[in-house]
Amino acid sequence: MGSGALFVTVFLACLVEAVEALTIVLAAGAGRDWRSALTGASAALAALALIVATLGPALTAIPLSALRLVVGGLLLIFGLQWLRKAVLRASGLKARHDEDAIYRTELAAAQAAPSSDPVSRGGLSTVTDWYSFTLSFKGVLLEGLEVAFIALTFGANQRNIPLAATAAVAAIVIVAGAGVAVRAPLARVPENAMKFVVGVMLTSFGVFWGAEGAGASWPGGDAALLVVVPAVAVFAIALVAALRQNAPATNQAGRL
Amino acid sequence: MSARVIALLRFWYDFVVGDDWRVALGVVAALALTYALSTTSIPAWWIVPAAVGILLPLSLWRAARR
Repeated sequence: MGSGALFVTVFLACLVEAVEALTIVLAAGAGRDWRSALTGASAALAALALIVATLGPALTAIPLSALRLVVGGLLLIFGLQWLRKAVLRASGLKARHDEDAIYRTELAAAQAAPSSDPVSRGGLSTVTDWYSFTLSFKGVLLEGLEVAFIALTFGANQRNIPLAATAAVAAIVIVAGAGVAVRAPLARVPENAMKFVVGVMLTSFGVFWGAEGAGASWPGGDAALLVVVPAVAVFAIALVAALRQNAPATNQAGRL
Repeated sequence: MSARVIALLRFWYDFVVGDDWRVALGVVAALALTYALSTTSIPAWWIVPAAVGILLPLSLWRAARR
């Protein structure tokens, strides 16, 4: 696997998760309190950095074959989850991810929640609204955990965690910058298509590393990936085509 | 306290296993079979791709039927 594939996979995965996290932070900020929402997001990013800094070196200390078996297996399970959802969305059997709709729902919930009193709760001076803080913190941490998992597993397998971390940070910076610029959910990002690509990549590398870690030898060595990735992609697209025939007509619009 | 532990375990189960536990079980079985076959002279690389070829359509089929 080249550095480019590592970078692109982690970057895309991080981009889609960052878009989802941004939607939650925007709803918490616009509906309640910006300072508390941004403090919550920052605290979650700090927690994620701590997790990556702790687990990263530990992962690189594990022998490569054992790492590939465990990580390959986890990545394959994880990748099949992504791909399953992506295929269902592309075929119209599952509602497509709509950041505008999610934003409206989160915003309404944030506005409806009772206000908190920071003094009576012994709050920090930067946190004037604990609802915003908690909503942002949970959103960023939960979406970020997936990214941390993908970045760490890909980075550790390629013995290049710094590159994976760079891809993750680049995606976060781009999404955060766009979020600050537009102050609205990034509904124009082709999130569903990117999730499809990431699902294909995670599944492909899970197949390759999992089998290799379990002791199998791929014909052609690493070059087998050049067959596995397109094969998984074609297979997934064929499944979408097959499922579309049974999908409700109302959900047929908008494809990938 | 136990409720928090259960919630934590549930979170990790949802995080790793996801919507269809049969897929996770199938992946583990495929890797175990690959390991068993790799100790023989029979090629084992095809087992995991074949498992994906079976597990993904079955999972999608179950989801489509709901």
